[in-house]
Amino acid sequence: MIDFPLPRLQPQEAAVYAALGLKSGSRPSSRSSALLQRALELFQTCSEPLGLCAAIASDEFADVFSGQGRNAPVTPLKKIFPRADSLHLFAFTMGARISEEIKRLFASDDFALGSVLDAVASLAADQAGRVAEEWIERQDTEQKNSSLPRAFLYSPGYCGWHISAQEKLFARLRPEKIGITLNESFLMSPLKSISGVLVTGPAEIHQFSEVYPFCAHCKSPACRERGMARSA
Amino acid sequence: MKILKQIAQCLESGDEAGVPPLVRQALAEGIVPKNILDDGLIAGMNTVGEKFRVHEIFLPDVLLAAKAMYAGMDVLKPLLLSAGVSSRGRVVIGSVQGDLHDIGKNLVGIMLKGAGFEVIDLGNDVAAEKFVAAAKSNDASVIGMSALLTTTMPVMKEVVDLLKKESLSGKIKTIIGGAPVSQNYAGEIGADAYGYDCAQAVAGVKKLAAAVQ
Repeated sequence: MIDFPLPRLQPQEAAVYAALGLKSGSRPSSRSSALLQRALELFQTCSEPLGLCAAIASDEFADVFSGQGRNAPVTPLKKIFPRADSLHLFAFTMGARISEEIKRLFASDDFALGSVLDAVASLAADQAGRVAEEWIERQDTEQKNSSLPRAFLYSPGYCGWHISAQEKLFARLRPEKIGITLNESFLMSPLKSISGVLVTGPAEIHQFSEVYPFCAHCKSPACRERGMARSA
Repeated sequence: MKILKQIAQCLESGDEAGVPPLVRQALAEGIVPKNILDDGLIAGMNTVGEKFRVHEIFLPDVLLAAKAMYAGMDVLKPLLLSAGVSSRGRVVIGSVQGDLHDIGKNLVGIMLKGAGFEVIDLGNDVAAEKFVAAAKSNDASVIGMSALLTTTMPVMKEVVDLLKKESLSGKIKTIIGGAPVSQNYAGEIGADAYGYDCAQAVAGVKKLAAAVQ
């Protein structure tokens, strides 16, 4: 289990505005600012962050990764994980209450507040991935006394790793223990949950220049940017 | 008319409490509900959509305006129904099978209602067959599909192919959107339109619905 203190997960106001489409340099209206304050209050009261992490051997992960055999023929992760120092399966949820609150807001036509809370919760879930990455990096540094290992989270559903791999990931990690379940389409409930594998090793293993067929449809190439940014 | 302009401006400022009294005032002045809808509420939402398109305002402002629109519609809806005024058309929307992300789809639905469309929202994780069956049974002219995962995008093609197979492509048009989706992808799979954001999606649906009629 990893500790996820809420203040570390709460996104910066500027990040929420950017996620909602506010152009850089623009100022939100006073009505929008008031909405964000209300959303942040709800975030504080409705969040129940819980995470789960477990080490996995490379050959065992190869089986999880292959899932139901529906991955893209070539993927970055297939080349990255065999070079890792360590691998950890990971799942995290913001809890059911916040997703239910977002649903309730939309159902009662309070969609302005609902969409702002949704953006806050999504950013917080993303931030949880970064918290886990840093936690694993600290663990690896302490255990191996190596310098600056880099941990990055890779998730089914992205970069050619088919979402059906969730089935094997869940069978091994059992995120049901923290309240995350999978539906028949391999999607997680509560909605504001993330899962995947934390791949730890020298920064260069995460870097790649190949353009894969699925990259053509990707508008948020964070996989590439984060490897470059944090290795600098 | 001055009151219709006031309604539009009140809606644009997201004043949910202010719109209904103005709508009632317009009715009291003898303006027919259809004109209040078209030249007050929808006109206001069109301005909001345009300001959003040019980044003059951002999403929460649009949604506050939409909420004000709904408040005005609560007053008008029974009168429009009794006058037999039909909607601008029916649109079936949903997030494709394998995708639980529905915020973008919800926002498009809100904006479509604001533009005068009747929206049949199938929710998320919707199979191709369900999209087509719902469009047929509801006599919808447009299917709007959303995907946030690259791995779920192929379901959009399944819908397009299914419509072709059932010879419905001319009667039921398709529009797609979502983070990994692009104009190129729409062309690649034979979808009729692509919406980069909710404002563009509404503009696309308007064109498609007009083409079908």
